[in-house]
Amino acid sequence: MNLTGKFTLQNWPDRPEIATQEGKNKLIGLWLFLGGETVLFATLFATYLALKNRVPDSSHPLTQDLYSLPLVFAMTAVLLTSSLTSVYAIYHMRNYNFKAMQAWFAITVLLGFTFLCLEIYEFFHYVTDFGHTFRSSAFGSAYYFLVGTHGAHVIFGLGWITGLLIRNAKRGLNLYNAPKYYCASLYWHFIDVVWVFIFSVVYLMGMV
Amino acid sequence: MKKWRLLLVGLIVLLLAGCGEPYLSTMQPAGEVAKIQFDLLLLSTAIMVLVITTVVLIYVIVLIRFRRTKENENVIPKQVEGSNKLEAIWTIIPIILLIILAIPTLISTFYLGDNRGMHKVNAQGEREAVVVNVRAHQYWWEFEYPDYGIITSQDLVVPTDERVYFNLLASDVKHSFWVPAAGGKLDVNTDNENTFWLVFDSDKAEEVNNIFYGKCAELCGPSHALMDFKVVALPREEFDAWVEAMQNYEVTEPESAVAKEGQQLFEANSCIGCHAITPDDPRPVEARTAPNLADFGNRTTVAGFMEFNKENIKKWLQNPGEYKPGNKMYDHANFTEEELDALAEYLLTLKAQE
Amino acid sequence: MMNTLTAKKGFWGTLWEYLTTTDHKKIAHLYFFAGGFFFVLGGIEALLIRIQLMFPENDFLEAATFNELFTMHGTTMIFLAATPLLFAFMNAVMPLQIGARDVAFPFLNSLGFWLFFFGGVFLNLSFVFGQVPDAGWTSYASLSMDSSGHGIDFYLIGLQIAGFGTLMSGINFLATIITMRAPGMSFMRMPMFTWTTFVASGLILFAFPPLTISIFLLMFDRLFGSQFFNVAMGGNTIIWEHLFWIFGHPEVYILILPAFGLFSEIIPTFSRKRLFGYSSMVFATFLIGFLGFMVWAHHMFTVGMGSVANAIFAVATMAIAVPTGIKIFNWLLTMWGGSIKITVPMLYALGFIPSFVIGGVTGIMQAVAPLDYQLHDTYFIVAHFHYVIIGGVVFAILASTHFYWPKMFGRMLNEKLGYLTFAFFFVGFHMTFFIQHFLGLWGMPRRVFTFLPDQGLDFGNLISSIGAILMGVGAVILVVNIIVTTIKGEKVNVNDPWGDGRTMDWAIASPPPVYNFKQIPLVRGYDTWWLEKMEGNKELPPSEPLQDIHMPNGSIIPIFISLGLFIAGFGAMYVPSNVVGDGSPWGTVFLIVGLVITFGSMLLRSLRDDLGYYIPKKDLVDDVDRGGKAI
Repeated sequence: MNLTGKFTLQNWPDRPEIATQEGKNKLIGLWLFLGGETVLFATLFATYLALKNRVPDSSHPLTQDLYSLPLVFAMTAVLLTSSLTSVYAIYHMRNYNFKAMQAWFAITVLLGFTFLCLEIYEFFHYVTDFGHTFRSSAFGSAYYFLVGTHGAHVIFGLGWITGLLIRNAKRGLNLYNAPKYYCASLYWHFIDVVWVFIFSVVYLMGMV
Repeated sequence: MKKWRLLLVGLIVLLLAGCGEPYLSTMQPAGEVAKIQFDLLLLSTAIMVLVITTVVLIYVIVLIRFRRTKENENVIPKQVEGSNKLEAIWTIIPIILLIILAIPTLISTFYLGDNRGMHKVNAQGEREAVVVNVRAHQYWWEFEYPDYGIITSQDLVVPTDERVYFNLLASDVKHSFWVPAAGGKLDVNTDNENTFWLVFDSDKAEEVNNIFYGKCAELCGPSHALMDFKVVALPREEFDAWVEAMQNYEVTEPESAVAKEGQQLFEANSCIGCHAITPDDPRPVEARTAPNLADFGNRTTVAGFMEFNKENIKKWLQNPGEYKPGNKMYDHANFTEEELDALAEYLLTLKAQE
Repeated sequence: MMNTLTAKKGFWGTLWEYLTTTDHKKIAHLYFFAGGFFFVLGGIEALLIRIQLMFPENDFLEAATFNELFTMHGTTMIFLAATPLLFAFMNAVMPLQIGARDVAFPFLNSLGFWLFFFGGVFLNLSFVFGQVPDAGWTSYASLSMDSSGHGIDFYLIGLQIAGFGTLMSGINFLATIITMRAPGMSFMRMPMFTWTTFVASGLILFAFPPLTISIFLLMFDRLFGSQFFNVAMGGNTIIWEHLFWIFGHPEVYILILPAFGLFSEIIPTFSRKRLFGYSSMVFATFLIGFLGFMVWAHHMFTVGMGSVANAIFAVATMAIAVPTGIKIFNWLLTMWGGSIKITVPMLYALGFIPSFVIGGVTGIMQAVAPLDYQLHDTYFIVAHFHYVIIGGVVFAILASTHFYWPKMFGRMLNEKLGYLTFAFFFVGFHMTFFIQHFLGLWGMPRRVFTFLPDQGLDFGNLISSIGAILMGVGAVILVVNIIVTTIKGEKVNVNDPWGDGRTMDWAIASPPPVYNFKQIPLVRGYDTWWLEKMEGNKELPPSEPLQDIHMPNGSIIPIFISLGLFIAGFGAMYVPSNVVGDGSPWGTVFLIVGLVITFGSMLLRSLRDDLGYYIPKKDLVDDVDRGGKAI
């Protein structure tokens, strides 16, 4: 099958991401990888729960002192919306509408970037206003490791999607890059799901 | 062929070595805990030997009957897919065997894990059982008797024929507290205090002149292998006498001139800064960074593992790093022969009054 | 255009080909020789350990050196020898068994190897630096935080790099088996080794992330000043133990399941009989894999988790005996009624059954939690896991070395030397480890650099050390065998040199051509090749017409990705905040440079289109099935 050839809307496959053997492999591979990532985050959550509020003395801030729900709620809203926009992008990919797909992915990147800025502000706030750092207590180490690993995934996802947008800007959709877009969006959804758990386990449970 | 020879060698080895030394071996249980564990060893071994025998039996039959020979070289055996009946059998029988093993396992797990007896008090509100706080350090042991206000090190003195409770905590890295003859080990964590109990039988104690061997069973650094201690198991009245002697412990001025010189050296070299010489060391546990030397003259060993004599004390004082690599006292000292002699002499005078 | 199949290469050409290869068969060679090298290294460490323990109060080694040696022995054998050697066979055989031309991700396959290799080299460079890991292969947190020098850092970073590689290979094998099976190769027609590769890869996928995290925790504590294991700052060292064993116990099954798979190929072949109870074997494999995740805390019965936890994990552990028992009896019944031919691989299989049963039942004895209070951390444990790992995994590796050598390299290993190796190794193995059960019961803790005389331990240790030397002799003979065979061994000119091959790997040339199958075969049942042979067919029926074959390009990028992490690893070790206190800003610089190399290589890889190349049909017609070139 011609991987880099041009298509029309009529002969563009319904599921371009799995129209080739390579595409199928990529997708299965990514699903498996996300399975491993799930365990990775499960381990991080377990570590966090074991070390939650474990501080050397009472002068250190605890979850109730630190977290502010409005900020976290805004972050959640932004990230969830970015997941939705990436769904639109994939919808347009399946309809062979390259420009719309690129546009929706660009919006996804913007939202992801906003989330990242909010997260950096949040960390900055904890460090400067509370002295809650990676080194100040076991609780701090566990908190920053869990949330920071998620943040690192966001950065990687942003880089991935941005790379795809720039690399393919001039040459349009084909069966070689369609699976790549699809995988990037799947990865982005995964980041979103993890955040939902962080929101509930770290922030909501931290308020009680 | 090879297997038979191996079996033979194994049997001879067993006969030669028997069941290990009575002061160290888990196969010569010297208390309730070790007995329970030894019985479980026998039960599980019996079941497992049954399994091995079955396997080996089928194995040998197969090897005798179904070898390829010149005559049947070109025969294609029947390609059997399997047999539900047979497979059911070797699923169900192991399950039954495991249930037989699991029931005593569960019962004894809960029995051995039950530490409520530690909190039992008599009419006067005094604790009935003997409780020892074990503090493990690289590479020595401290034994604190909180109810008697006694601190010792390296030699653990316990009464026989009753439960002794141990609270374990490590000061630096993880260790594990193990008296094989009396029962299985428990880890000495840095994070939390672990509690368990052991019993030391009087008849077995008599057999070994009242001394069982204890060991550290968790890798804790270079001298992990040498982090031994001794358990002195005494009949109740002798134990009580020991407690009384330790409670009334008084530091006596050494009589001989050599020992007096040793005392001065001991103080001048600030040994006293770390080593307490009375069993009622008032410092908090974190500050007790070296073995308590009260009653040192009655120790069973030098540094937990060397034979107790003056020569070894001198060797140890001069070169502890050579005998226990990585220990926290010092690696090497430059005492003269006379100074060593004086120090050893002085240390030998540190004894409880009978 | 030059015919890609027959082009001649010189030494440098061959070297370049191996450095850049994405061919699963060549990667198998790389895994085999790198794993073999580390196996010899770990073996030498083992011999030094046993020489030190030959006599009481021996002063052959210093205490600290001894600790370093057993730490490196365990780490090397598990991560750098056993796993890669099994990966060698998975790579060499599994794609052939399912009728595939390569794995799903040839590039990742190569990357996985190079990560493992650079990780292994990183770990062993600790010897060059004279700062060697010394906290045991389990590296429990309180001791590893207490350890001086950079030894533990070598352990952590080396394993982290190698671990990424292993994880990638696991994902790759899973995807390959899911998507790349030939037409007709349904899941329940897959050979047993493919099945065990599948389940073991699944275990890798779920077990390695906890290891990754636990290594990060300790690494951050040692290098970046975090407080995960600092009790004074609210940390907890037991977390390390849990995470390590959540990885560590499945790791045992990651090793033993493929070994089971290899024996499940060897025993039917040399019994000339179908594997007895195939479906229950598959089921048992899954069950072992599943239960493997439920029992980690049986390594921690003495940690003080409480009676309830101990009881639950004791019973769960015992449950594993059931599926394992099913396997043992199925192998016995495979041989029952068969036509057993004794060859070197079969001899190892026959040695494996009783040896592994002993290792298995002692495992059940340790599942009895109160009994384990006595057995834990003694020589009984040492004996147990060596019976499982040597009696199971190493025997499988040695058996498969002989079994698959013709398929991998096109020559037969010398049979006489093979028997000699087996004799020395088997006798030496039982001599070394059987007595250790008793040493443990007599009160000898493990990981001791010496023992005192007159504690009843002298004789047993002497026996054990003599056995270890015998094993060493056996290993040397094997190495000689490999060298002799490579120089002047008899060439294999047939597809099925053992005569009784059952799976598709025996239906193609030895060694197979680069594209494996000229036409992807049509699979008509379990024991595919045996089935065709019984119907009188000389080759597998094709499922496609002869056409151009799409092949992946080679690439040097995997080496650069791995090298980047290697450099970053050195940088990380010397960051200013490290616990050893000898850091400098240069450490940070190297860390960043290394990461830039890694991520830059990855970026380069994703920006350049890699569409592979085609072997044209006419080359295939010319290419008589004489196979590719052996090395």
